[in-house]
Amino acid sequence: MSESTGLNPSRRAFLRGGALLMAFTLVPMARRALADTEVDTLGTVVLAPDLPGSLRTNPYLDAWIRIGTDGITVYTGKVELGTGVKTALLQIAAERLQVPASALNLLTADTALTPNEGYTAGSHSIFDSGTALFNAAAQVREMLVDSAARRWQVDPAQLTTADAMIEGPAGQRMSYAEAVSNVDVHQYAKAQSPSLPAADFKLIGQSLPRLDIPAKISGGAAFVQDMRLPGMLHARVIRPPRPGCTLEAFDAPAIEALAGVVKVIRDGNYLAVLARDEWQAIKAMRSASEVARWRGGDAIPEAADIHTLLKRLPSRRYPISNNGDVNITGETRFKARVTKQYLMHGSIGPSCAVAWFKDGMLTVWTHTQGVYPLRAGIAEMLRLPPERVRCIHTEGSGCYGHNGADDAAADAALIAMRVPGTPVRVQWMREQENLWEPYSSAMVAEVDVGLANNRLQDWHYELWTTPHNERIVNAGRLLPARLLAQPFTSAPSVPIAQPEGDGDRNAVPLYDLGATRINMNFVTTMPFRTSAMRSLGAHINIFAIEASIDELASKAGVDPVALRLAHLSDPRARAVIERVRDAIDWPHKNSEPGAGIGFAFARYKNIMGYCALAVRLRVHPQTGEVRIEHVVTAVDVGQIVSPDGLRNQVEGGIVQSASWTLYEKVAYDAGGIRSYDWSGYPILRFTQLPKKVDVHLLDQPGEPFLGAAEIVQGPMAAALGNAVANATGRRWLNLPLSRSTQPS
Amino acid sequence: MSQITLNVNGAAQALELEPDMPLLYALRNHLGLNGAKYGCGLGQCGACTVIVDDQPVFACLTPCAGLQGKQIRTVESLGSAEKPGPLQAAFIEKQAAQCGYCIAGMLMRAQALLEQNPHPDEETIREHMAANLCRCGTHLRIIEAISLVAGQHGSRP
Repeated sequence: MSESTGLNPSRRAFLRGGALLMAFTLVPMARRALADTEVDTLGTVVLAPDLPGSLRTNPYLDAWIRIGTDGITVYTGKVELGTGVKTALLQIAAERLQVPASALNLLTADTALTPNEGYTAGSHSIFDSGTALFNAAAQVREMLVDSAARRWQVDPAQLTTADAMIEGPAGQRMSYAEAVSNVDVHQYAKAQSPSLPAADFKLIGQSLPRLDIPAKISGGAAFVQDMRLPGMLHARVIRPPRPGCTLEAFDAPAIEALAGVVKVIRDGNYLAVLARDEWQAIKAMRSASEVARWRGGDAIPEAADIHTLLKRLPSRRYPISNNGDVNITGETRFKARVTKQYLMHGSIGPSCAVAWFKDGMLTVWTHTQGVYPLRAGIAEMLRLPPERVRCIHTEGSGCYGHNGADDAAADAALIAMRVPGTPVRVQWMREQENLWEPYSSAMVAEVDVGLANNRLQDWHYELWTTPHNERIVNAGRLLPARLLAQPFTSAPSVPIAQPEGDGDRNAVPLYDLGATRINMNFVTTMPFRTSAMRSLGAHINIFAIEASIDELASKAGVDPVALRLAHLSDPRARAVIERVRDAIDWPHKNSEPGAGIGFAFARYKNIMGYCALAVRLRVHPQTGEVRIEHVVTAVDVGQIVSPDGLRNQVEGGIVQSASWTLYEKVAYDAGGIRSYDWSGYPILRFTQLPKKVDVHLLDQPGEPFLGAAEIVQGPMAAALGNAVANATGRRWLNLPLSRSTQPS
Repeated sequence: MSQITLNVNGAAQALELEPDMPLLYALRNHLGLNGAKYGCGLGQCGACTVIVDDQPVFACLTPCAGLQGKQIRTVESLGSAEKPGPLQAAFIEKQAAQCGYCIAGMLMRAQALLEQNPHPDEETIREHMAANLCRCGTHLRIIEAISLVAGQHGSRP
């Protein structure tokens, strides 16, 4: 059934942007060890491969920092997704400009103003944008100091800076704003930046309070949902009952006659209502849903057969790692099938956008993760030149990946074009978010691994997945564009290349292995539309790897933590493992019935942050319900920018991954998606929280920033799986870890 | 349309509303208050939580028509970004937010608890807060922030 089973590297995303592995340094002469291809898969072009971070794609210094009489403005192409990245980037820029953080104005992604850094995704923001600012800010400061030195005719080394002022040896003083008048900041960045020992950092490494929190706890206008423009109309969309339906009949006049309705928009299978008041728009949407008559629709598979179906559908097979000679005689073996269900991003706030077509220019305020790719998609959809579309990032509810944000922005854009001069706000309803957001793919992995003489031997791992990166590379990737009378078609699916990986992210164990046979079957026919969700395939891959390690250790009668350490030479990997081992007093466990302890480790993408994690839990003997008693984790993300920000991300990742791993799956049957609200898609509530979480931060002063937001998703899932096995004596390999998901 | 008078954050507001309009839309669109958020419209997530008289309620489900004569409070009543109230200050101190979309609802549900039980233990807080969802996993910090106020003996929330 497979379309092909051979390697076809031209279809790997990394070649699309023309970029291969990119070196990266935080400070001059730091080791160059990191690869990063994801940004290049997401629409940015590498202009200067030798420069650090996103200076590679945006090499001009004035793309990042501008100084004027009105102050210092710092620009980033990344966006605040609720991770605190805005505050962290400000800390980095202020550190290197040697100004107080409060002296800077920071602007995030806006296609009219900021650099194009592609998507804010993949734990890349500090890695890309933080590194760019770390270097650009230092180079700009050096130019300012040189300018003052020329004016005063002194050696620049004699000058000092503080609080945006330059001071000379004779007490001369010059503000940055004055110094910049003799400087052209529109210059290519240099590969080398002035050095600053980590020991001298004043802001990097400090936990600055987040800039965005005061507005969020006090009812400030903090979100795109809170925008109110003069004369703004409220829109709601009416979606088909399922993908592929055709609108057979629709009584538009009946809806137009409803109170407050300004316009009904019908374009093929695309339906929307526009009203003066939001409640009127909602009521009109409900009435419209009742009168719209649809036929047809794509078949929805049976949930019980989904993993069998994934193995049967057309796919392309990508070799991921095939090294060494396989010798499978006479050792301890573990062979299993591991599965994952479709998951939702499950943003608490349904997707929203505001758009305004005025004087020939369309402005869209959106919580997208990538304003530039979205702009290109919307421009193509509306047949406008891209320069006539401006996308401005405005915060929304946390997205954790590709949720409905881009589609809602396309809705707002389509609707705003029908009422030139009038701003339009559209927000999806809960059931629309649940039914139409791109899901995280259901997946299946087959493991067959061996241990001989306490050494990991051959590692066979075969993975089936649908795409994890259906980002906006053309108009057809925008859901509303597919519903129009002249519909757009989605661009062919392309997986993100290793080492970042797609469904195969973290499919290759970091452990020393005798031989590998690791392959991904990339299923291109999607029973459900799927795209990026926090950590992509790493969630199930790390779960499967770490379950296998524990099973092999158990069969061979060796300690699983010792077995991990025996196969890791990287001292930073060892350090996080040893920290957790000691902090949780491994392998001590509660002697009560149903108690279990589990351990896991991964380095995210094998090139980013390190995370070791242990869980103590109890499994209720009758119900199988899991209660998490204690989670201990140790993380190493290189140089820490904000310890509290990092801790917040790690704590949140632990809780979110616990929810995915223990409770979540999209429910569906031949009649449609059943998870249209929170009762049909339960997520973790306060009463199910871990009782205690301890986070250990292993700082690496002066080392490259590695990113933090996604490092814990896989290890948490894996440690839960191992702890449940330890508690019950039964190895559950089907996510979520509930009794009903396991074979009877 | 009916004339409906709502008492919001201590001030009487005479509004022209459709009587079936849930309180959430009156607060957001007719009074310009951003705190209460649309999350589900079903009373399942708590993003819209406000206090009516002394009880936490889901503003997304509560029609305006039944609220005349009642005291409605939103997160804006607790303080401002510049002058946060004690519970808001505790949320800032603990940095108890990630995306923050759920936070105003969390604050109001917690406020209702602390007004009735100024010193709840952690188990009580977890039970009480279970009506509200957070997707970022900020729960542990939210509990810490509430516990911080709960532990301040003699003080009022």
